[in-house]
Amino acid sequence: MASAGLVRGTLAAVTVVVLAAGPEFLRPSQLYLVSLWAVTAIAAMGLNLTLGYAGQISMAQGAFVGIGAYTVALLMQAGLGFFPAFLAAGVLCFAVGWLLGYPALRVQHHYLAFVTLAFTTLVYLLLRNEQWLTNGVYGISGIQRPTALGFAFGTAARFYYFCLGIMALFLGAMWWMIRSPWGRAFMVLRENPVRALSLGVDTRRYTLLAFAIGSAVGGFAGGLFAPLVQFLEPNSFSLGYSLSLLLMVIVGGAGYLFGPLVGAAVAILLPDFLRFTEGYYLLLYAAAVMVLMAFCPQGLIGLSERWQANRRARLAAGGER
Amino acid sequence: MSAFIQLVVSGLATGAIYALVAVGFALLWQTSQTINFAQGEFVMVPAFFVLVAIKYWGFGYWPAIAVGFAISALLLGAAFKGLVVEPMLRHGVLPLVISTVALAILMKEAVKDFYSSQAQQFPAIVEGTDLDFLGAVVSTQSIAVIVVAIGAVALLNWFLSSTLTGRAMQATAQNRNVARILGIDVERMILYTFLINGLLTALASFLISPIYLAKFTNGETLGLAAFVAAIVGGFNQVRGAVLGGLILGILDNLAAAYVSAQYRAAVPLVVLVAVILWRPQGILGRVEERSV
Repeated sequence: MASAGLVRGTLAAVTVVVLAAGPEFLRPSQLYLVSLWAVTAIAAMGLNLTLGYAGQISMAQGAFVGIGAYTVALLMQAGLGFFPAFLAAGVLCFAVGWLLGYPALRVQHHYLAFVTLAFTTLVYLLLRNEQWLTNGVYGISGIQRPTALGFAFGTAARFYYFCLGIMALFLGAMWWMIRSPWGRAFMVLRENPVRALSLGVDTRRYTLLAFAIGSAVGGFAGGLFAPLVQFLEPNSFSLGYSLSLLLMVIVGGAGYLFGPLVGAAVAILLPDFLRFTEGYYLLLYAAAVMVLMAFCPQGLIGLSERWQANRRARLAAGGER
Repeated sequence: MSAFIQLVVSGLATGAIYALVAVGFALLWQTSQTINFAQGEFVMVPAFFVLVAIKYWGFGYWPAIAVGFAISALLLGAAFKGLVVEPMLRHGVLPLVISTVALAILMKEAVKDFYSSQAQQFPAIVEGTDLDFLGAVVSTQSIAVIVVAIGAVALLNWFLSSTLTGRAMQATAQNRNVARILGIDVERMILYTFLINGLLTALASFLISPIYLAKFTNGETLGLAAFVAAIVGGFNQVRGAVLGGLILGILDNLAAAYVSAQYRAAVPLVVLVAVILWRPQGILGRVEERSV
């Protein structure tokens, strides 16, 4: 009888080995898809901090990915190296997130959802209309892939490892943050804001911090997105993208460390296996999300946990007999 | 000046349609704490019910409109409440928000896959002739839209404030538990709210589709307009949503003409952020007390 921990450890080990051996057996298009999965998972991790841990709905994560991507593309065009540009993308998104969250979090309800919805549309309009900066609908092409310590990540396989490596770094940072006093403060915001306030937690400041850090992580994801796709256009960052990131976090399991990875896999990798559904994939996906919300709003990870708990309860009941 | 009048009148027409959608949105929020992110799609889809009735079932204009209202009340009202909102309420606000976001995608994709991805012509209630009004050219279609939409809101307002059922609905919206103690059938009142929302969005659909054509992506801008109108006017007041809708429609048109056609869509959003900053309860809204 395998314990849940052993099952999970084996699963993680197998995933790591399969991903490490990826370039050996994946087609170039699939290699690109897995790299995109890693980048999208980072964006979803950022949103998971805002939504899953601090309990605020942001509909602007896609816009932050866009800001990050354009920042990196433009700074690299201006002659800056990848890493300083990458850092700038995160810092800029942190600042924008802070400025955006400040007015929205003054009021209760789900006003952050509405403000971020408006923000995403505004960012899209700016990207499309400010041609002098973003080249409008013609987009920016020819974005260079990074070089680190004299090692160029130019080929698809090398950049694949680069994306997965950065994703692992962010996963580690998330794991650390959730266990830090900040992470605990974020969670109490979601669970019981009134009690948090009475315990002396400055709820507004911590919610703002969670949103700004989540936005910064979105900016970093964008910074990686730019050299991956090597072509940026405003349509990639419309409201639909932000909403699909929101769905990913929820589908995977908001408030679980690995939730965004699972959610991004469902949204990015699964369509490749379900080619036979053709144009109906999105339709089926939307229907599946609605069913999942009705039966298990904790997402797929929540679903598997519930299933394990049920099994354990059954085994325990069987043991007593 | 005549150009200005023209812009204001056509703005009022669009604004009156936004008002219908925003009123439905605010009603749903009040009675069942439902933030419907598919509200825009609720306006997009009824036009296609009518088109199906005309094209495939051979109905005339008015019978097809009647069928459109009936299907909307059934699917967007009763089925939406029973199949989407009700199973979700015990989970809280967030899963319901996500579910309506998914519903919006579902409706968009369904129209695209099963009807057409192209913009469709939609018949108007009246022939579009131009009238001369203080030197400005005003189309009869704009006037008809304003009259019908304002008439519908006035009728709804009368229903809510002067009939027993309407007052029971308001009581349910204000305090569900007290309403139940007073012997009001709360469940039935909530169902009525959903039916009214279905009818309001269907009416908005039939009024706006002749102007902007029926297309599966229409819901995105319409939904955003409804949120902005409801928040600007005041989330918890029918009057507020009406005012918000009218302001938004006029502002939208004036901005396109006098500010910048490219940033026309940005103006309502800037107004939204300004209202949230300085008057978060909306222009006519009441401050809701915090429940601890």
